[in-house]
Amino acid sequence: MAKKKLKVRASGKKGYAVIKAILFHPMETGLRKSKETGQVIPAHYIQEVFVKHNDAEVIKVNMGIAVSKNPYLSVEVDGAEKGDAITIGWLDNLGESASADVKVS
Amino acid sequence: MNNQRRSFLRNSMAGSLVAVSVAAGLLTPSRVLAAWPQAAFDSTDPTEAMKGLLGSEGFEETSKIKLRTPDIAENGSVVPVTVKTKITGVETISVFAMENARPLAISADMSAKARPVLATRIKLGKTSKVIAVVRANGKLYGATKTVKVTLGGCGG
Repeated sequence: MAKKKLKVRASGKKGYAVIKAILFHPMETGLRKSKETGQVIPAHYIQEVFVKHNDAEVIKVNMGIAVSKNPYLSVEVDGAEKGDAITIGWLDNLGESASADVKVS
Repeated sequence: MNNQRRSFLRNSMAGSLVAVSVAAGLLTPSRVLAAWPQAAFDSTDPTEAMKGLLGSEGFEETSKIKLRTPDIAENGSVVPVTVKTKITGVETISVFAMENARPLAISADMSAKARPVLATRIKLGKTSKVIAVVRANGKLYGATKTVKVTLGGCGG
């Protein structure tokens, strides 16, 4: 099975859902030097994260190099009820992307 | 956007990451031009970053924004930051780490369906003011916290 790129959970509350996600990513800043070679390690980090509720985009998160490795993200969506579809997708500076769909539980 | 411009853009971007992302369904055509704010994220100066991203470097400090950060971060690589606010009409929530090489850490665009809450973890290179700026109804509000860092988090 392919390595998991993100882990998402959407919990239904009264009138809204709390979405918590971990996006698996090195979030390399491009400002570090390799200890062995002395070369700068190229930047490789998530830049954009999309959160959709029943296919409509509700939140767009823009990230920079200061977000920690394996970014943790928690957001909340009004009107999201049990059974609704939540999608989170990310896109990084090298064009890599991944997404996951979950139902509000 | 007229169709000629759209097809010109599509053709010129063929093979680029944008084309791949459109194909992957992650970017719908209407979002293709809503680009990641590169200048603001690349900026080394916090007021310049704030101005570039939000249109102004001035904001009203308010207790209506709850900014939660640890007082002391033992590991600067992973500093939890939570922003919550009672302000209505929130358009964006942004977090700046004033002493970082690139001060703008994260910025979330909130639609009307989004609750004005954002939690994440950021890297702090050293002891630093962390500022959460909320844009609501075109106005900027902010809250500031100082986080002491014992072990800097940007590596290298």
